[in-house]
Amino acid sequence: MNIAVKAKHQRLVLVVIALSALIAAGLLAAWALRNQASYFYVPSDLVAHPPVQGRSVRLGGMVERGSIKSEANGVTIHFSVGDGKVRVPVRFSGIRPALFVEGSGVVADGRMVGGVFQADNLLAKHDEKYVPREMKDMTASEARRMVAETK
Amino acid sequence: MIAEWGLAALWLAAACAALQLWAGGAAVSGRNALMSALVRPMAVVQGVLALVAFAVLIWLFVQTDLSVKLVAENSHVAKPLIYKIAGTWGNHEGSMLLWVTVMGLAGGFVALVERRLPEPTMMATLAGQAFVSLGFYAFLLLASNPFARLNPAPLVGQGLNPLLQDPGLAFHPPTLYLGYVGLSVAFSFAIGALITREVGPVFARAMRIWVLGAWIFLTLGITAGSYWAYYVLGWGGWWFWDPVENASLMPWLAATALLHSCGVLAARNALRVWTVMLGVVGFSMSMLGTFLVRSGILTSVHAFAVDPKRGTFILVLLGIYIGGALLLFAMRASSISEGERFSLTSRETALVINNVLLTSILGIVLMGTLYPLVTEAFGERVSVGPPYFNPISALFAVPMVLVLMVGPGLRWRQDNLARLRMQMVIPLVVIVGAVVILAIMTSGIAPLPMIGLVLAPALAVASIMPLRGRNLRRTPLAVWGMVTAHLGIAVALFGMASDSAFTRERLIAARIGEVTEVGPWRVKLAGVMPVAGPNWTALQAKLLVSYRDGAEITLHPQSRTFWTPVQTTAVSALKTRWNGQLYTVLGEEAEGGRWQLRLWWKPFVPLIWLGGIMVAFGGFLALLGRIAADLRRIIAKQKIAYRRMRQGR
Repeated sequence: MNIAVKAKHQRLVLVVIALSALIAAGLLAAWALRNQASYFYVPSDLVAHPPVQGRSVRLGGMVERGSIKSEANGVTIHFSVGDGKVRVPVRFSGIRPALFVEGSGVVADGRMVGGVFQADNLLAKHDEKYVPREMKDMTASEARRMVAETK
Repeated sequence: MIAEWGLAALWLAAACAALQLWAGGAAVSGRNALMSALVRPMAVVQGVLALVAFAVLIWLFVQTDLSVKLVAENSHVAKPLIYKIAGTWGNHEGSMLLWVTVMGLAGGFVALVERRLPEPTMMATLAGQAFVSLGFYAFLLLASNPFARLNPAPLVGQGLNPLLQDPGLAFHPPTLYLGYVGLSVAFSFAIGALITREVGPVFARAMRIWVLGAWIFLTLGITAGSYWAYYVLGWGGWWFWDPVENASLMPWLAATALLHSCGVLAARNALRVWTVMLGVVGFSMSMLGTFLVRSGILTSVHAFAVDPKRGTFILVLLGIYIGGALLLFAMRASSISEGERFSLTSRETALVINNVLLTSILGIVLMGTLYPLVTEAFGERVSVGPPYFNPISALFAVPMVLVLMVGPGLRWRQDNLARLRMQMVIPLVVIVGAVVILAIMTSGIAPLPMIGLVLAPALAVASIMPLRGRNLRRTPLAVWGMVTAHLGIAVALFGMASDSAFTRERLIAARIGEVTEVGPWRVKLAGVMPVAGPNWTALQAKLLVSYRDGAEITLHPQSRTFWTPVQTTAVSALKTRWNGQLYTVLGEEAEGGRWQLRLWWKPFVPLIWLGGIMVAFGGFLALLGRIAADLRRIIAKQKIAYRRMRQGR
């Protein structure tokens, strides 16, 4: 085969491989985002459309007043997160963030185990400079309540 | 008055940028010697003026001049000096001023030292740099003036977010910005080259040094930011795929690809269009990151701006610069002639694969970062986290590591794989060995960390192999740099995999005097007592820790409460050994006089940051090598010119 033709042919092969890799990456990302993104729930969503057991999701809402109870081991707490309509029981083992208090907003990373939301990590409203993104635009009434209560 | 001097310097700098743009534009199109003579000095003066404005702002923060709004809102009289200085860039306006200062200085530096490129290309490049700077000057002066006054002046100031009162803050943002904004030079070079259609090895050699410089700082900035998050947040994690982290990772991925494609263009005059494209993409990612981080569209410790006007302003700038650059690229790309050809088994091909995979990962990170913003616009709240980023990016990172084992051994243009038998066999042997060792010694490691643990040693061995058969004394610095950087990737990879695979965690509520164990460590809670600092008070635990019953060491994790603003953060205490790190956090008091303790034993985790530093150091070696080579070339040229001159006489 003529060397120039061969080189041209190889160049084409390379371009095709490169393009298909990039397109594959894009498609894969799109597919994964639709399927694997850990979705954000407020308590009403969580009750109305419960996620698959054990799948990672985020739950955001207000820590109900008077709901925080400690287990005897000293590091596990139970509390409920509500959005004014329904409440979801949450279990968390770990060190609570400093501004995690009753009546303030929280976002919990975790999953449903039975009827209880098992939280791995809690993000509390630190101050107006650090709010978990999802919490920022909860519905207007929730936001008003949160601002009123955390100021 | 001092604040007004700063503002005046900023306006003058903006005027210089406007003049630089105009003169540069005129010098490209016509042969206007006067204009051409004006461009370089303007670039230098602009950089100096921006630096003056920034120095004034630092001075105001050091003095705690509370009549300046920015100082009053972000500083406090009772704050240690280093945080008064660091507080200058720990807020929206100050950080944007740092941004334009770095950009002005980078442009001035290029104008001062870069003499290799044809003059029209250089003029177009500096005009491009001025055009981008001008937008950011406008943003500062019209939408976020750092020197605005406050009347009446308050007495103490509101203080700085305690999370930011950390030595890491003093270095992380300036370092990251040097990298982030340093990429603007590559962007301007790409624009200049597109305008004058001068894409070739000379262009690549000129651009490579600047990309390398920016990339070193970007690498260091990301490494420092990761370590900062690791020990300040007290969560024991080192990377959270937070949009803010992604915003720094994306320019790094683009810059890494650009660095390698520059190498191909400089050595072989191939990948011409692609390299120019990456030059545009790199800084576009920096600007996109700035938009994401600073516009308030994402809320995090980095998002200072809450004013939607500012978000819109940055978005418009983003549209003009990225859109404009891509338009120029689309118009000119077809007129850039095809580069040199190469065979499928050649170093060029390996680097093309590296580029394609890096770009794929960039795309994956970009989509994962933007997806929640897009769905939010349609009213659906989504969080994208590690379950997406880890496996999907690993799908492309693993082949990249495999190619990295062989690529550096390949010859340019044409090679045959038979010559590289050893380069492939030895890593393969290491991989098999690692699989056997892990299978015997461990169990229950998740697939991704397992792959990392297997690939890292093989990559480490493979990355040293380019030194095989070389005279080490005469090996160019650039090769040493490549070897060090690739070895650094292996080291960091091993640290990451080891952290996921072997970390031991213990969470207890301990009584005073109680002893607990985490991995090979014995930890005794000896006491908890209050302590006070300059602007905080804290509860401090005294932990007596010993490794495999060795000597006892004392650690003091704290739960620290700042006064202004009142806020409590956990300050972790770490003990680093050669083989890992013990990480301790003090929580709150539990019933019965017990204290919450969270302990991690993280084998080999410091290798993550050591690897990052090695990568940056490799870049530094390569940079030194390139600069030395350029200097030698310049000196040789001048010698020849001198000889000719004498002979002519």
